[in-house]
Amino acid sequence: MEQNNSLLTVKDLVKHFDISGGLLDQLALESGRIVRKKTTVKAVNDVSFTIMPQETLGVVGESGCGKSTLARAVLGLYPPNSGEIHYQDQRIDNLNPKQMLPFRKKMQMIFQDPYASLNPRMTVKKILEEPVYFHNKAINAQAAEDKVAEVMRQVGVDPAWSGRYPHEFSGGQRQRISIARALMVDPEFIVADEPVSALDVSIQAQILNLLMEAREKRGLTYMFITHDLSVVKHISTRVAVMYLGTICELAPTQTLYAQPGHPYTRALLSAIPELGVQKPKHLKLKGEVPTPINLPSGCVFHGRCIYANDRCTQEIPRLMRLESGAYVACHGVEEKRI
Amino acid sequence: MRHLLEVKDLEVKFALWFGELTAIDGISFTLDRGERLGIVGESGAGKSVTGFAIINLISKPGYISAGQILFEGQELNRLPEDEMRSIRGNRISMIFQDPMMTLNPVLTIGTQMIETVLAHENVSKSEAVDIALDKLKKVHIPSPEKRIHQYPHECSGGMRQRIVVAIALLTNPALIIADEPTTALDVTIQAEIMDLLLELCESEKMGLILITHDLGVVSQITEKVIVMYAGKIVESGATQSVVQDPKHPYTRGLLKAIPGIIPPGSRLYQIPGMMPNLTEIPQGCSFHPRCTISESICSTEVPALISKDQHHRMVACHMVK
Repeated sequence: MEQNNSLLTVKDLVKHFDISGGLLDQLALESGRIVRKKTTVKAVNDVSFTIMPQETLGVVGESGCGKSTLARAVLGLYPPNSGEIHYQDQRIDNLNPKQMLPFRKKMQMIFQDPYASLNPRMTVKKILEEPVYFHNKAINAQAAEDKVAEVMRQVGVDPAWSGRYPHEFSGGQRQRISIARALMVDPEFIVADEPVSALDVSIQAQILNLLMEAREKRGLTYMFITHDLSVVKHISTRVAVMYLGTICELAPTQTLYAQPGHPYTRALLSAIPELGVQKPKHLKLKGEVPTPINLPSGCVFHGRCIYANDRCTQEIPRLMRLESGAYVACHGVEEKRI
Repeated sequence: MRHLLEVKDLEVKFALWFGELTAIDGISFTLDRGERLGIVGESGAGKSVTGFAIINLISKPGYISAGQILFEGQELNRLPEDEMRSIRGNRISMIFQDPMMTLNPVLTIGTQMIETVLAHENVSKSEAVDIALDKLKKVHIPSPEKRIHQYPHECSGGMRQRIVVAIALLTNPALIIADEPTTALDVTIQAEIMDLLLELCESEKMGLILITHDLGVVSQITEKVIVMYAGKIVESGATQSVVQDPKHPYTRGLLKAIPGIIPPGSRLYQIPGMMPNLTEIPQGCSFHPRCTISESICSTEVPALISKDQHHRMVACHMVK
């Protein structure tokens, strides 16, 4: 996966959260002795991928698979435990906040809930101006105001409403405003974390169109996190499928949907309800998703996989390139038994 | 033949200080034993209010202002509360969106199930336990004897929703109303719950009303569908025919707006504008300001829901012939 002209390169990224609490919470009695135990949530484990300029990488997976943690780690909102993140040719995961500043301007984020992500006590104008003033201290008031009006027009919100507060807008309009906030500093790369999940179908279509338009006009690169497989199919150029903190498949969108390789991807795709066709029975997975506190040995999916054998329970599979151009982390696919 | 459920010209209003808001404006439909009906629409269309109205759970300031709800021959909206209570949760069960909100976090699963059985049926406690175990088996919960002693937080989201389904089944209801039962769940779990509901409707001959915003889900498991917009039914008919050949401009727009049907990357269809607020429902057809084919009649006259073909398809639109 070595590509030098990539916009973003993530290498063996690991993010664990310590949830063991205070010292007293960590103490436990074990065979007559008091021992101190640490509990960690292994949210993201050894994840590597690259994002090319102007492509949209979709990241899909079910709740708790680590997709949002990955998004935040990529932007430097969570410091990773190990691994490297490169933006173009600069390593960014070890920078101090001041050194990080120019990169923050290039990388922006859009959140899921437009009710929670906009400050209710700030007017739209204030919300939109804030990032401009922050990243460009020298800008004068008139220029900032013009910029606000320009971006508001681009996202389809009437600039005459800039004096209003977020609660005066509908969900779809608020999501437009949070997109506008991300666009204010002319970023190159946007991480969108479930930007349309809280919206109705007709509003969702408007927001997806807006994101696709902005991508074309501004040459943006997206990392698009979602659990909705039809949304990701529509907007992405490549898709990464995550399960329990690891990427189990990474493939061009067409390839992934036409010939999913990993057994988990197959189960996931077969579960999408489709219009008009009574689908054949979906592939059932056995058991439940294990907790990321006690990760299974070997392949994290082996407990639920019908093809799993001894090797799967011991050895962690690495992403391997297939002839179709897809990368799949599965011993079964590698041994050609699936 | 008598229908299991017959809703006739149902109207629900909310009396507020500035006047009355009409949340449901004269809707009618029927449901037979073992039949599965989907009610779809966007937020604010009135689909959940319809579900609550059937079991007479509209809370103040809302009230049923007109119409009839006939269930197994009884007129539910005129029943006194104590008689209604013997039907609600007994002959008609309801499943809600968020299983964590439905289950009581401080009671074990067993306690909650046994409580329900004892409230509705004249059985001993040990018989109630057997009924609970039997229903947990029906929803494919592994080792129900263990689960019955656990608390809701010890189960995963999908497991919890299956427990909610098991509780709904406890009294062998004739009708289940499921209000967005899988919206909070992942796709693989959603598929499991939908399979389960389908299987139960077939084996127990239960009627199902599935309230959802997801046309994909509706098309997978229901036979009939109602599309609601601003408190009215705009289109109804056999699910497959509505999904494949929508007639009402709103249904058409809704279907075209879903990603996954048109080629990836192309522009999705946008219905202009948004759902009107209940305080400002437009004159005439409530969809006309957003409609691309509306004419002058649409802004003055309310279109009636009438049959447009032989296949029980009903459409409320002046422009559809």
